[in-house]
Amino acid sequence: MSVAALRDVEVDYARGPALGPFSLEVGPGEIVSLVGPSGCGKSTALRLLAGLEAPTRGAVQRDPGRGETAVVFQAPTLAPWLSAAANVALPLELAGQAGRAARARANEALARVGLTGAEPARPAQLSGGMAMRVSLARALVTQPRLLLLDEPFAALDEITRRALADDVLRLWDALRPAIVFVTHSVEEAVYMAERVVVMTGGPGRTAGEFPVEGDLPRPAGFRTTPGFRRTVEAVSHALAQGMAG
Amino acid sequence: MRRAGELVAPWALIALLLGGWEIACRALDVPPYLLPPPSRVGHALVANLPALMSAAWRTLAVALLALVIASLIAQALAVLVALSAILDRAIRPLASVIQVTPVVAIAPLFLIWAGIDHPERALVALAVVVAFFPIFSGAVAGLRSADPDLERLFDLYGATRWQKVLRLRLPSAVPFLLEGHKVGAGLAIIGAVVAEFGAGSGGVRGLAWQILDAGNKLETDRMIAALAALGIMGVALHGLLELAERAGLKWWRGQ
Repeated sequence: MSVAALRDVEVDYARGPALGPFSLEVGPGEIVSLVGPSGCGKSTALRLLAGLEAPTRGAVQRDPGRGETAVVFQAPTLAPWLSAAANVALPLELAGQAGRAARARANEALARVGLTGAEPARPAQLSGGMAMRVSLARALVTQPRLLLLDEPFAALDEITRRALADDVLRLWDALRPAIVFVTHSVEEAVYMAERVVVMTGGPGRTAGEFPVEGDLPRPAGFRTTPGFRRTVEAVSHALAQGMAG
Repeated sequence: MRRAGELVAPWALIALLLGGWEIACRALDVPPYLLPPPSRVGHALVANLPALMSAAWRTLAVALLALVIASLIAQALAVLVALSAILDRAIRPLASVIQVTPVVAIAPLFLIWAGIDHPERALVALAVVVAFFPIFSGAVAGLRSADPDLERLFDLYGATRWQKVLRLRLPSAVPFLLEGHKVGAGLAIIGAVVAEFGAGSGGVRGLAWQILDAGNKLETDRMIAALAALGIMGVALHGLLELAERAGLKWWRGQ
């Protein structure tokens, strides 16, 4: 039983093949990291899982209904004319929920990401890390069964990245959505997931799959454990081989 | 100190030019019907102030009414263009035709249609034609300027076409709309003045009529006074719209 699955999907764009053949299965409540070189089709795979795009060949199986999938992009992607709370309430309002109830749930979601007090602030008044947290709150406000994260920390500094990574794992622990986490960073991929899928250069295929040992959310000092280092080495090796062809 | 210099500089240049003009007129004994000295123009400005003020108000009223009408039509059409590719194909070339047609050339036609009893209708219509295009093209560009990832989110959450227009595309277009209205307002004044010229002496007695009338009577000082009034009105309107644009952008961005 999976929440979403790609079965031998291929995507061709006008400029040529972009992805595949590629297969990926995501179980309920599972966290899978997707690493691969630029242009290998990671984001395309994510859009297929979200149902925002259809494959040229192959099949996409999606279990979650409308409003049960959420995406966080590389940029916070907030509406500049709306307050933080209104941005978070937007998915609920689009689904027809009344303004007041939606606002209450939005404020709750903001509290969960540690942004109590920032409700009336506009995106331009927030730091990069805070804006990303608002984006995360918006994704979680619908209590999705499938959460797709498309390099969400790529534009942030190292300290903020690490703090946000722990936040995401803590939120996952509370709500247990299935998560597909796309990233460039091998360490981040291993830290965040129970399973790392490595993709080859474009059009991306599977170059390898690596289970990650240890509990989620990660205990302090996890990055220094031999198990973590070993998995990072193995994933890096597979990534280098995949890029070489 | 430097700031003070920057503030004074344009006024100093104006004073210098006016002084030179005054001295040249007196020294060369230029006949006042050809070129009156600034002192005479100033006198004419004060003497005809009530007439010039009410003329300026008539021109401004035509321009503002035209701006409101142009704004409504342009935004409605831009939304249609944004919603449908076929309407886009249909409407865009016609909008471009309106843009490249000189307002003086269509003025006589509009005056015939409006009829001899209602020249003000032709004036408003002509100013609408001129003010329409910058607002329309700004609105079309603005409606297309929404963040593509934000559009994807709206799709993901099952937003309807109208929800996308009202809650994403129109708000995204606000900076473009502000700019379009600023340009459109300036053009509406030009359109109103040109239309008054086209209407001639039978038309609305706005600032252009004052200029024509003074010219016919060789009252060059009153003519230049009316021109000055037109310039002051234009500068004031531009400044006001600049402020409105800044305030609008500040509200939009939240800072």
